[in-house]
Amino acid sequence: MDIKRLKNNYPNGINFLLTGVGGQGTILASNVLADLGMDLGFDVKKAEIHGMSQRGGNVISYIRWGEHVYSPIITKGEADIILAFEKLEALRSIEQINPGGLILINDYSIVPVTVSSGLSTYPEDENIQESLQKFTSNVYWVKGQGIAEQIGYPKASNVVLLGALTALLEIDPKIVLRVIATRIAQKYYAFNEQAFTTGFQSIQK
Amino acid sequence: MKRILSGNEAVARGAWEAGCSIASGYPGTPSTEIMETFARYPNVYAEWATNEKVGLDVAIGAAYAGKRAISTMKHVGLNVAADALFYVAMTGVEAGLVIVSADDPSMHSSQNEQDNRQFAKFSRIPCLDPADSQEARDFTIAAFDLSERFDTPVMLRMTTRVCHTSSPVEVTEQQQQIPEKGKYPRNPAKYVMIPVNARRRHPVIEARVSELSRFAENFPYNRIEYRSKNLGIITGGVAYQYAREVFPDASILKLGMVYPLPADMIRKFSESVERVIVLEELDPFIEDQVRLMGIDLYKPANPINSDFSHTKSIFPITGELNPAIVRHAAYQAGLLNVDIKQEPTNLTIPLPARPPTLCPGCPHRSSFYVLSKLKVSVNGDIGCYTLGITPPLSTIDTCGCMGASIGVAHGAAVAGDQERHVAVIGDSTFFHTGIPALINVAYNRSNVITIIMDNRVTGMTGHQDNPGTGFTLQNQATMELEIEKLVLACGIEKVLTVEAYQVDVIEKTLKQWMKEDGPAVLITREECALLPSARKRYLALQVTDQCNGCTVCFRIGCPAILKSEELDPKYHRPLAIIDQELCTGCEICAQVCPRDAILFRDQVSALRKSEEG
Ligand SMILES: Cc1ncc(C[n+]2csc(CCOP(=O)(O)OP(=O)(O)O)c2C)c(N)n1
Ligand code: SF4
Ligand code: SF4
Repeated sequence: MDIKRLKNNYPNGINFLLTGVGGQGTILASNVLADLGMDLGFDVKKAEIHGMSQRGGNVISYIRWGEHVYSPIITKGEADIILAFEKLEALRSIEQINPGGLILINDYSIVPVTVSSGLSTYPEDENIQESLQKFTSNVYWVKGQGIAEQIGYPKASNVVLLGALTALLEIDPKIVLRVIATRIAQKYYAFNEQAFTTGFQSIQK
Repeated sequence: MKRILSGNEAVARGAWEAGCSIASGYPGTPSTEIMETFARYPNVYAEWATNEKVGLDVAIGAAYAGKRAISTMKHVGLNVAADALFYVAMTGVEAGLVIVSADDPSMHSSQNEQDNRQFAKFSRIPCLDPADSQEARDFTIAAFDLSERFDTPVMLRMTTRVCHTSSPVEVTEQQQQIPEKGKYPRNPAKYVMIPVNARRRHPVIEARVSELSRFAENFPYNRIEYRSKNLGIITGGVAYQYAREVFPDASILKLGMVYPLPADMIRKFSESVERVIVLEELDPFIEDQVRLMGIDLYKPANPINSDFSHTKSIFPITGELNPAIVRHAAYQAGLLNVDIKQEPTNLTIPLPARPPTLCPGCPHRSSFYVLSKLKVSVNGDIGCYTLGITPPLSTIDTCGCMGASIGVAHGAAVAGDQERHVAVIGDSTFFHTGIPALINVAYNRSNVITIIMDNRVTGMTGHQDNPGTGFTLQNQATMELEIEKLVLACGIEKVLTVEAYQVDVIEKTLKQWMKEDGPAVLITREECALLPSARKRYLALQVTDQCNGCTVCFRIGCPAILKSEELDPKYHRPLAIIDQELCTGCEICAQVCPRDAILFRDQVSALRKSEEG
C-alpha cells in the first residue's frame, strides 16, 4: 500500500461523507473509516447525527482525515468522497461533493413513506444519473445490496462498498480487513470478509 | 495511549479517571451515551433517574456524602433540574460535583434551542465548554478539581457536535483514588437553606465568582494562540474549530472556561490585535460580557443584513454554526474577501422527504389510527409517539415539553373548550413528569382522557430501561412499576389496560368514554417493536387477491405497506403489498382491512405450512 501516494493525491486530507437510511450500517462503515484513518497516521474526526435515524430517517456521517482536522462538519462542495448506501440519499447529499469528487453508490432504493403513501414519487434512475453527473463524472455504481444478498448476508452492503472504496483508493485490503475485524462480532467475520472482497474485486475488474 | 472516543465517551472516561463513582441522569439526546458508557466502568454506581431533577438531587446527595458525582442531561433537562441547580450553587459540596448539560444547537432532536451557558451565569457556577473529545475528557477531570477547590458545582457544557464527534483522545489507565471522607456533614449553616442561612450564603457565592474569574486568568485551558495580529478571535466550545478552519492565520483567545471570564486576559488580548471579534454558537454570551468590560469589538462597516443583528454582531444567533456559515458571515462583515463558493450547480429535481415515522409494528400506531378516526383534539407529549403527527395519521395538536400533555389538556378542559381532550403520553414520560399532572386532573376534576402508551421502554432516546421495565441501567433486576395501580392511587377511578395492537378494543373504549363524563386513563401495553424480545416474534403478513386497492390500510401509515405497481382491474387503484423484510406481523393492518384481504398471523402460518406440505 502506498500511503505516500494517497497523501499526494489528497494533499489536504480526505473528507468522506457517508449517507444511508437507518439500519443500513452507515455507523459501522464510518467507524471503520475513522479507525482506518488513525491506522494510516492521520488526525481524524468522525461526526454523526443519529437523532431519529432509528425511525426510518436518514443517517449522515462525516469522516475527515488530515494532518490536523479542526471542523467536524463539512459543507457544500467539501466532500472528496461520498459513500451512499441508498440512491435517493446519494442525491440528497450530492451538493456536498467537491467538483470532480468521487461517489460510490449502492444500487439500491429504500422507498420512504412519503412515496409509499403517494405524496411524492421516487426519482427515476435516469434522472438520478443525470443529476449526479452534473456534480462529478467520478460516479461508481456498486451492486452492494445484490452482492450482500448473494452471499447470504443482506446486511453487509456497507462492507461491500468499503471493499470497492479500498480498491479505488488503492489501499492494502489487508489493513482494512483488520480494522473491520475489530469492529464486528467474530461470528459474522466470514460474511463480511466475503462481502468486502467481492466489493473490492468488483472495482478491480 | 490514544483511543478514538466520542465526546460523550470522553466525558465518561474523564469522570472515571477523576475517581467519580456516582452518576445519575435521565436520557436525552445528545447526552445519553455518557451514562451508558460510564455505567460499564468498574467500581462505579450509575443509574437512570426518573427525571433530571431527581438525577441532580441524587448526584448532589452523593457529593454531600463525600463521593465525586456527575449528573447528565440534555439542555432542556436542566430546565427540569433548575430548582436543584440553584440550591446546590448556594450550598456548595463536600466532594466534586459536575453537571453535564448537552445543548442541541439546530435542534437535531429537541423541541427548543437554548444556550445553557446562561444557566451557569444565572446560578453563579463555573462553566467549561470543550471543543473536542480530548477536551471533553480533560475538562471533565478539571471540573472535578475546580468543584472541590472552589466548593461549587461545575457545569460541563457540551453541544451535539462535540457529544457525537469522535476523535483521538489521550487517556490514562488509572483511576484517581479519592480519599474517603469522614462523617456525613453536620453543617446546617451551609447545607440547610432556610432564609437565615441562605442570606449568608448568597454573598459567599458572589465572592466565589470573583475568585473564579481571577483564577481564570491562569487557568491552563484558557489560552492565547498568537498568529497574525491583524485579527483576534475570542472563542469557546466547538466554535473554536470553525475559527481555526475559516481564519487559519488569526490570533485566538480560546476560552475553556466560558464563565466566569478572565477580564485581564481578554483585555490584554484585545489590545494586542488590530481588530477583535467574538465567535460563538447561539447566544452572544461571551460577546455581551466582553462588551460590558468596555472592550471595542470590531464593527462591520455595513450593518449586517440580519433580523438579529441588534443582538449579536457578526454570526447568527440561531442554529448550529459550520465553516460555511462562519465564512459567509465573516465575508458579509468585511472580515474576508472571498465568500463561500456560490454553487454553480444545484440539484434541480425534487427529492421526496424521508421523515422519521413510527416503525413498522409500532404499538403506538393503533391508538393514533383510532384517534384520527375519532377526530378528537389530542394534546401530545415527547417521545416516539410524537410521530403521531406525521401524515397520514396527523393526529397531534400540541406538543411542548415532557409531561405537558396532561396539564395542557386539563387547561383546555377547565377553560370550557367545546371538544373533549385526549392526552397521550409514554411510559417513561409519565414517570418523568406526568404523574403530578394526572393527580391534578383527578384533584381538580376535569374530564381529560389520558392514554398512557406503555411500550415497556424509553424508546425515543434509544431504548433505555425505566421504572416499568424491571431492570436498572447497570442491568440489575428490580421492581416493575405497575402503572394501573399508580393511576388508581392518583385518584383516577376509570382505568383500563389493553393490548396496544387491539384496534377495536381501543376504539370501543374511547368511544364509550367520550360519551361519559369524568377523567379516565387508558393504558395501551405492548413492547416496542424494536426490542430484541419483540423481534423474535416477527412474522410478515401477506395480502391476498381480495385486495381491491381501497386504501384503508394505507391510512395507518405503516412503512411496510406499499402501493404495488399492480392496479385493481375494476377501480384502477394500486393494490397493497406488504414488504416482507419490514413487516413485523403486528396485525394492525389486517384488523382495519374491510375486505379481510390481509392474512392474520395464524392464517399466514397455516398457508406456509400447506405450501411446504
Ligand atoms: C426534559 C427532557 N428530558 C429528556 C428529553 C429527551 N426525551 C425525548 S423523548 C424521551 C423519552 C420518551 O420515552 P417514552 O415516554 O417512554 O416514549 P417512547 O419514546 O418510548 O414512545 C426522552 C427522554 C426531553 N425531550 N426533555
Ligand atoms: S422505536 Fe419502538 S416505540 Fe419507537 S417508533 Fe419504533 S416501534 Fe414505536
Ligand atoms: S402487520 Fe401490517 S401494520 Fe403491522 S408491520 Fe406488518 S404491514 Fe405494518
